[in-house]
Amino acid sequence: MNFLAITRATLAKDMRLEWRSKDAINAMLFFSLLVVVIFSFAFDPTAEESRRIAGGLIWVAFLFAAIVALNQTWAREMKNQVLDAYRVSPAPATPLFLAKAIGNLIFVAALEAVMTPLFIAFYRLRPLGAGWQLIPLAILGTWALVVNGTFFAAVSLRTRAREIMLPLLLFPLSIPALVGMVNATTAILTGETSPALWIALLVAYDVVFTTACLLLFETVLEAE
Amino acid sequence: MKRGFTILAVLTAILLSFAFYAALLIAPTEQTMGNVQRIFYYHVPSAWVAFELFLINFVASVIYLIRRSAKADMIALVCAEVGVVFCTVVLITGPIWARPVWGIWWTWDLRLTLTLVLWLIYVSYLVLRRFSMSSQTPLLAAVLAVFGALDVPMVYFSIWFFRTQHPSPVIGGGGSLDPRMGRVLLYNWIAFMALAWLICWTRYRLEVAERAVHEAEAMQSLKEEEAR
Amino acid sequence: MADTQSTPVVVADGLIKQFGRFAALRGVNAHFLAGRLYVILGDNGAGKTTLLRTIAGLAQPSGGKITVLGCEDRKASRAQIGYMAHPSLLYDEMTGMENLRYFAELYGVRSGEMDRRCREAIASVNLDPDLERPVGQYSQGMRQRMSLARALLNDPKLVLLDEPFSNVDTRSAAEMAALLAEIRDRGKTVVIVTHQPAQLTGHADEFLWMERGRIVNRTTSLSGAGQ
Repeated sequence: MNFLAITRATLAKDMRLEWRSKDAINAMLFFSLLVVVIFSFAFDPTAEESRRIAGGLIWVAFLFAAIVALNQTWAREMKNQVLDAYRVSPAPATPLFLAKAIGNLIFVAALEAVMTPLFIAFYRLRPLGAGWQLIPLAILGTWALVVNGTFFAAVSLRTRAREIMLPLLLFPLSIPALVGMVNATTAILTGETSPALWIALLVAYDVVFTTACLLLFETVLEAE
Repeated sequence: MKRGFTILAVLTAILLSFAFYAALLIAPTEQTMGNVQRIFYYHVPSAWVAFELFLINFVASVIYLIRRSAKADMIALVCAEVGVVFCTVVLITGPIWARPVWGIWWTWDLRLTLTLVLWLIYVSYLVLRRFSMSSQTPLLAAVLAVFGALDVPMVYFSIWFFRTQHPSPVIGGGGSLDPRMGRVLLYNWIAFMALAWLICWTRYRLEVAERAVHEAEAMQSLKEEEAR
Repeated sequence: MADTQSTPVVVADGLIKQFGRFAALRGVNAHFLAGRLYVILGDNGAGKTTLLRTIAGLAQPSGGKITVLGCEDRKASRAQIGYMAHPSLLYDEMTGMENLRYFAELYGVRSGEMDRRCREAIASVNLDPDLERPVGQYSQGMRQRMSLARALLNDPKLVLLDEPFSNVDTRSAAEMAALLAEIRDRGKTVVIVTHQPAQLTGHADEFLWMERGRIVNRTTSLSGAGQ
């Protein structure tokens, strides 16, 4: 039984299921749009100012959207207790985690893809630094949120007040990643400093926590 | 056991009294800040003690993950709780000090920010322990503690780097320390450690007793039907 | 073959399972042999489901020992176990074949074999493998049967079923019972927890009666009921 095969099969299954119940994605896309609009009403800066604060605003907005997506990571497995079927099978826990995390990455990236052009329009953003760097940054930053988010979504399956436990556990741990994401974005937008060290921090964060999640997920899955 | 506890309690009382006296009367008055600066002797040792307790929690959590020892779990729980208390002291004394001296309530300096993040992580740890419906709560908590420990160096680095780009006042003084002040700081640190040890010991005994009661109840319910 | 008949497939030794103050299992001793069909009966709260889940490896015992297919390590025996419970353990938005293909992947079924195995499993419970309807739109009875197909997909040596006949019409239930008996005849161990043992009277090798977390009686027929 192949680790990669199970990851691929699980990811494909999740994509198929997501596609079939499109109302969930549509609702979240609309929610993301709303977040951007609300932020724009709340903060209405000049073009010069916006480059300084946009980094923070955008990532907070992404965070809100991500939480909504992360909270339903395991929803389908909890329905009909499908998770039991997975646990009873000889398939290891790690490919399941990886597939769910990648699925969430794709999902949140889709939300970000909707929100970003809106932010650029509303805040008249034009990066003064190397704009292309924003793409790998977005991937690194989103993965940082999604890898721990998927993990703690599984942890919160065993708690009361599930939907509040996820952000409660996730936010404190995500602080260094958030500092990194926001400062790197600001550095690229204003072009005043180099984002290099911040990106290095994000890479370190991603590597460390992806490893931790992969190693400890099985323990969490098997906890009754 | 009981005697050791009493000895520690007495010792702690003595150390705390002496440290208090030292902080108020032996330590020289700081030249720019005046007597307000004396809160430094509470602020800094509390932070050190909190960090030590969290470190013990991390080690105990790792031991629990490897050996599933109930004792390790109890130590982890106790250190987390007492650590959060000392952390709270740091977060309250910080602003109390900062306001009269620098006119601000808060600054994102390294120690204060790190303390805040640790406080957040460990409060979330305690919430997880309380809200968990799993029969393997200690396991989930230990996993969270490991994640927290992995996070700390990254928090440190991210704040440090941010500060190099955006310098701001450092609460707690960055410069060199008068050796007399250093000595008083040491006395207070030792006294606080004794206090922390005392509180932890008490909490530990409480936890042992509580678990013994649960064990007994569980055993009782197991034997219930045998009487028939 | 005689050898496998004598080595027990499941050995439970003083099995204890506690949820906080509530003891679901208070010392269960049992062994299940190959090529037999066992029925576990008892009131609600007797511990039947907990026992089954502990055998399946979904619950860890609080005390005592359980050995399944010669292994104490639950992970080692998973490939040989089939488990079915009251929730369907299926994805409502996928068709039967899609569901089974996914689970077949989890059991390491090779891609060449996959379609054939899935079709066989679905056909064995008298359902149409080519049905395009998602499982969520099945009737209760059909869903139960599809769930059984999923449990049998990996040709398990040990089949564990929790209330397989609930909400199933009499004829389908009889067919399922016959299928389970046939599996037993092929040398597998079948353990069924049920409130409706009538379907199994002709097929069961042994009835186990549970009460308050213990096995209180073992009989070979339903008429030897109670204490």
